[in-house]
Amino acid sequence: MRVKFPFTRRTAAPADAWTKCPDCEQQIFNKQLERNLRVCPNCAHHFRLGVRERIGLLLDAGSFVERDAGLESGDPLGFHDQRPYPDRLEASRIKTGLRDAAVWGIGSIERRRVAIGLFDFRFMGGSMGSVVGEKIARCFEGALAERIPAIVVSASGGARMQEGTLSLLQLAKTTAPLVRLDAAGIPYISVLTDPTTGGVFASFASLGDVVIAEPRALIGFAGARVASGTVGEEMPEGFQRSEFLLEHGFVDLVTPRAELRATIARLLRTLRVPSDVEAGDGRAKGPIGVLSGIAERLGGVVGERIGIDVEARGRGDAPGEGSSR
Amino acid sequence: MSEMLLSTGGPPSAEAVAAAWHRVQLARHPARPRTLDLVPRIFSDFTELHGDRGFRDDPALVGGPALLDARPVMVIGHQKGSDTESNIFRNFGSAHPEGFRKAQRLMRLAEKLRIPVVTFLDTAGAFPGPAAEERGQAQAIASSVKLMTGLRVPIVVAIVGEGGSGGALAIGVGDVVLALENAVYAVISPEGCAAILWRSPEAAPQAAAAMRMTAADQLALGVVDQVIEEPGDGAHADHDATARRLKAAIGAALDRLAEASPEALLANRYARLRSIGLVREAQLPVGEPEPATLFERLGQLLNLPGAQRRPAGTGWSGDDEDESEGGA
Repeated sequence: MRVKFPFTRRTAAPADAWTKCPDCEQQIFNKQLERNLRVCPNCAHHFRLGVRERIGLLLDAGSFVERDAGLESGDPLGFHDQRPYPDRLEASRIKTGLRDAAVWGIGSIERRRVAIGLFDFRFMGGSMGSVVGEKIARCFEGALAERIPAIVVSASGGARMQEGTLSLLQLAKTTAPLVRLDAAGIPYISVLTDPTTGGVFASFASLGDVVIAEPRALIGFAGARVASGTVGEEMPEGFQRSEFLLEHGFVDLVTPRAELRATIARLLRTLRVPSDVEAGDGRAKGPIGVLSGIAERLGGVVGERIGIDVEARGRGDAPGEGSSR
Repeated sequence: MSEMLLSTGGPPSAEAVAAAWHRVQLARHPARPRTLDLVPRIFSDFTELHGDRGFRDDPALVGGPALLDARPVMVIGHQKGSDTESNIFRNFGSAHPEGFRKAQRLMRLAEKLRIPVVTFLDTAGAFPGPAAEERGQAQAIASSVKLMTGLRVPIVVAIVGEGGSGGALAIGVGDVVLALENAVYAVISPEGCAAILWRSPEAAPQAAAAMRMTAADQLALGVVDQVIEEPGDGAHADHDATARRLKAAIGAALDRLAEASPEALLANRYARLRSIGLVREAQLPVGEPEPATLFERLGQLLNLPGAQRRPAGTGWSGDDEDESEGGA
């Protein structure tokens, strides 16, 4: 006779405790998947990350402060397909808790202050309309104003059809600030994750001073439906993958997720914002420039965060780096 | 900018769908004047220059120096064919990466010689095939757009036929954007949009109406500055008259831009691009936590009572919503 305990004993794992890897089809225990940074332990398939997970992966804990969080899309065309555009926006807002498909803010990586923009593919396929374009442009302008490196982590199907040519013009709006970053000597690192296609890849995402891709990410100009519909030709196997782009000279590095933060940190130690004099951009060196110059020499970060990034020590993936400048 | 620039509420009417589709067909009309039909009617002393100096010459995109009356300019345009044979040679006006790299080479030459750039847009889009991917179609478009945003000479853009997505924008960033009356401009082809959002290419007319592709709509959106009326039934009916009207508009635009210094030109171009789109700013609840003070951060580190908990580094599950950076 079985004794019934006054509490329920779990006899089988609930269905949502496991995830099937779309690549190798192995069942992965969710906790193991999360411990492994959402990379399949069997075949190294990189699952997509949301904005929050990506921030947790890349930035010093607690260092991220979002900017322009209140920006949200209107419906400039009164766009209506099977559903009105505002309904699609609302559904994505509820699904993701985000206002739109990108977030930008200021944070630090191993105590180096950066302006960072991040996409969330779950929000309407990470598509870029007016608001996403505005956030990316402001991210670059923020980097310029503070003279700190810019990073954008892309995950996007491209321009958002529901805002028509206004979305198309976001390609130019997000690209224009890069000319100013060049003149001011501000480095920009573009990180391409699965998937990065269409108008996002055909603008700022292609134009990093350094372009890093996660392994086996789908990265390309034309989506499969566009290509096969227009050319009547399927994309050959392996085209539009990170490794293909590396081989053909369009990305600098294919970096596994576990090494991404350390790789970016290493780059940031070498790709420094030149001092105003070195940049030769004609800017007078005002008090702010002097202060930030001092802060940099002290090995801290610029501005109000100097000396308070104690948490960076806890990450342990680059011992002693904090004071190596 | 108003909340909804082009209002409706509900799907476009049957008349609006038919009217939009009619414009698309006129923009694609086989007898419509192409770049190389317009250039000799507008400019003199045109010399077509060939090749991207890296891979090959792309016949889908043409360009070279010419005179507009007495003024030297650099002309660049997509080039469609007029029959099957020429269309195959021109790849139906859909450029490969080397086409956009040729355009960039010509723009740099214009900048060196301090002469304005005039572009003609007429493409269904950049070519999306495997060879284009292999040679970096996205990178070619992106670098062309970037070059145009910073080019230190005036740029006048004329949308003369189809303004198809990234392939059009690659030579479509300018100080003044003109459009012929029956030209269209869109983020994706109506067929492509229909395939994705309606899941049926037959819905292309509906997609064309929904995307507001017509020159008049683009004017209302602020993407286009001036619409040039076409003669008679449309540009296909009278190439000469079309070219005359286009020439007058291009000349007037260049006159206006000739006064500006390169710095003023670039500042205006930047402001123009930065203002495009509709962005609302919601009022967020005040007092959003910013764990920025030394006390707070030490508190987090040492788990002092009253300190906000340190965000867990392992919160990977896709749907947890409880952290502050979500912007909600």
